[in-house]
Amino acid sequence: MKKWLEPFSTAWVGVATHKLRSFLTILGIVIGVAAVIALMSIGRGAEAQIISNIESMGSGLVTISPGARTFGGVKSAVNTLTMEDGEAIAGQIDNISAISSSYSSSLQLVVGAQNMRAQVTGVTPEYMSVNNLELADGTFFAEYDYQRGVKVVVLGSNVKETLFGDTNPIGQQIRMGKIIVRVIGILESKGAMWGSSDDAIYVPLTAMQQTVAQPRTAQGERLVSSISLTVSDEEQADYVVTEITSLLRTRHQLGPNVDDDFNIMSMEELAETVSEAIGTMTLLLGAIAAISLLVGGIGVMNIMLVSVLERTREIGIRKALGARERDIWTQFLIEAAFLTFAGGIIGVIVGWAVSYMVSATGFITTLVTADIVILAVSVSVGIGLFFGFYPAWNASHLNPIEALRSE
Amino acid sequence: MIRMQDITKVYPMGNRDLTVLRGINLNIAQGELVAIMGPSGSGKSTLLNLIGCLDILTSGSYYLDDREVSRLSSGELAAIRAHKIGFVFQTFNLLPRLSALANVELGLRYAGGSDRKRAMEALAKVGLSDRANHRPTELSGGEQQRVAIARALVKNPPLILADEPTGNLDSHSGAEIISILTSLHAEQGITLLTITHDTNIAHHCQRIIHLKDGQVVLEERV
Repeated sequence: MKKWLEPFSTAWVGVATHKLRSFLTILGIVIGVAAVIALMSIGRGAEAQIISNIESMGSGLVTISPGARTFGGVKSAVNTLTMEDGEAIAGQIDNISAISSSYSSSLQLVVGAQNMRAQVTGVTPEYMSVNNLELADGTFFAEYDYQRGVKVVVLGSNVKETLFGDTNPIGQQIRMGKIIVRVIGILESKGAMWGSSDDAIYVPLTAMQQTVAQPRTAQGERLVSSISLTVSDEEQADYVVTEITSLLRTRHQLGPNVDDDFNIMSMEELAETVSEAIGTMTLLLGAIAAISLLVGGIGVMNIMLVSVLERTREIGIRKALGARERDIWTQFLIEAAFLTFAGGIIGVIVGWAVSYMVSATGFITTLVTADIVILAVSVSVGIGLFFGFYPAWNASHLNPIEALRSE
Repeated sequence: MIRMQDITKVYPMGNRDLTVLRGINLNIAQGELVAIMGPSGSGKSTLLNLIGCLDILTSGSYYLDDREVSRLSSGELAAIRAHKIGFVFQTFNLLPRLSALANVELGLRYAGGSDRKRAMEALAKVGLSDRANHRPTELSGGEQQRVAIARALVKNPPLILADEPTGNLDSHSGAEIISILTSLHAEQGITLLTITHDTNIAHHCQRIIHLKDGQVVLEERV
C-alpha cells in the first residue's frame, strides 16, 4: 500500500468497526448539512425567481413617478411631473433608448351588459417597447394612431378575461367615458408581482384626452402619472438616474434643501435591493441550520473521546512500534474528518432530495448551487478537524507504558 | 550496544516519590542473549522500558549504539523504537480487529511503510504462513505470541526486548517460543533481552542479570 494512504485505511477500519455508532455520530452532521442545503436552496430559488420577474419587466427600465412637493415645511400632494419633463429628459440626457409618458385615470367602461369602473392608462406609442410588453394577439397602436388620436385600446390579459371571457375581443367595441374605443390588441400575461400589466388598459394618450381633460400645471405643462424609459446601457443606469434627478430638480426649481418632488426607481437598483434583502434572509436561514452542524460537531467530539479511551491500549501498542505523536493524532484527526466528510456528503444528498421535493410541490422553486454544496461539505470537514483535534491531541500525548497496561 | 551508567528511575507518587531503579550499571554487547531475572517489583520491566526508549530515566546516562538517548525528544525516541527495537510482550498486544498478517504489517508501518511481502516472510519464519488471515482471537496463545514475534522482527531490528514472553503460555508453547527466539538470535545475530521467571529459559541465555530492589545483585555467565 502507498505510504500516504495508510492513515486513511486505518481511519476506515476505525469507522467501519463501529458501523452503527459511526452512523449515529454523523447523523447530526447529516441533518445540519441537509438543512443548510435545503434552506439555502429555497432562498436562492426565491431570489432567482424574483430577479427573473424583475428582468421580465426590463432590467434597463427606469420609472419616474410624481411625489409630494414640500412647500415651506408642508407636504402637498400636488402632482408636478409633466410631459414636458419627459421631453426634456429625452432631449438632454444620453444613454436613453426609449421614453414614454403615461396618464392614468379612472373611467366607466361598458361592454354589452357589463358596466365597470377601471383604471385606464393613456400612453405614448413607445410605451410597449419601454415596458417590455408582449402581445398575445392583435397589434399595439403606432405613432400614426397616436398623432391622429385614433380611438383604440390594448387590454391586459386579466381585463380581457373579465370583459370578454373566451370570445375573441379583437375588433369589439368598448364604451369608455364619453368615447367608444375599438380593441386592437391583447397583452401576453406576465404574472409579474408588482404593477402587473395584466390588469392594464392602454389607450393612446391623445385618445384619452378626448374624454378626460389632462390637468395642467400653473405653467401650462401637461401633468402625467409616470414617465418610464429604458437605458441603452444597463451599466449606465445609476448615472442616468443621477442625471435625470438633477435635470428634474432644475426644471422644478427645487432649492438645495428641498426634497425631490418625484421618485425615480430603476429596475437595476430594485433588483439589487431585492436580491440583497433575500440574500440576507437566506444567510439567516443558513445560519440557523448551521447551529445544528455545530451540535453535530460536539457529538463527533464526544464519540472521538470515547473512541480514544477505548483504544488506549492500541495507542500504546502503536507507540511501542514507533508511532510518533504526529502519527497518532493524524490517525484520529483523519478518522474524525472522514466521519464528518461522509456526513457532509450524505447531508448534501438528503438536502438535495428535500429541495427537489419542495420544488416538486410547485409553491417554491429551489436552486441548489455549487457554492453551497462545496461550502457545506468543507464546513463539515472543518468541523471534524476542529472537534476532532482535542481527542486526537489527548490520544497522542498518552504515556505509552500506561497505555499498554490499560485494559 | 547498550551502555548504562548509574541509572535511576523515580516515579512521583503524590507527595512521596517511588524509587524503582537505584543506580544500574549495565553493558550489553551486540549479539548477546541476556536474561533479566528478579522478584516482582525489582524494577525489571522499568529497566526494559528504559532500554526500549518507552520511558525516560531520572538520572544517569544511557548510550544505545553510542548515542546518548536520555536527552532525546519524544519524536527521536519514537524513531529509535520504530527502527531499532522490537518488543515482545507477555500479553502479546496484538490488535484484535486486524488479521495476523495486518498485525505483522503494522510492525513496518512506522518504520518506512507497510510491505505485505516482508510481512508474509516474517510470518513464515515463525511458521504461521497458513494462519495469515486469522484474527488473533482465532489463534492459540502460542500462535498469538508467534505473530507478535513476527511483528517485532519484520523490520529487522538489531535489538529485541521481550517481557516474560512465555508468562501467559503453557510449557509446550513456551518452549516453542523460546526455541524461535534463540534460533533468531543464533541465525540473525539479533541482540535479545528477555525478562523471565523461568530458570530453564534463563539457562538458554548467555548471561543472566539478577535484579533486586532496583539494583543489579548478581550477574552470571551461563
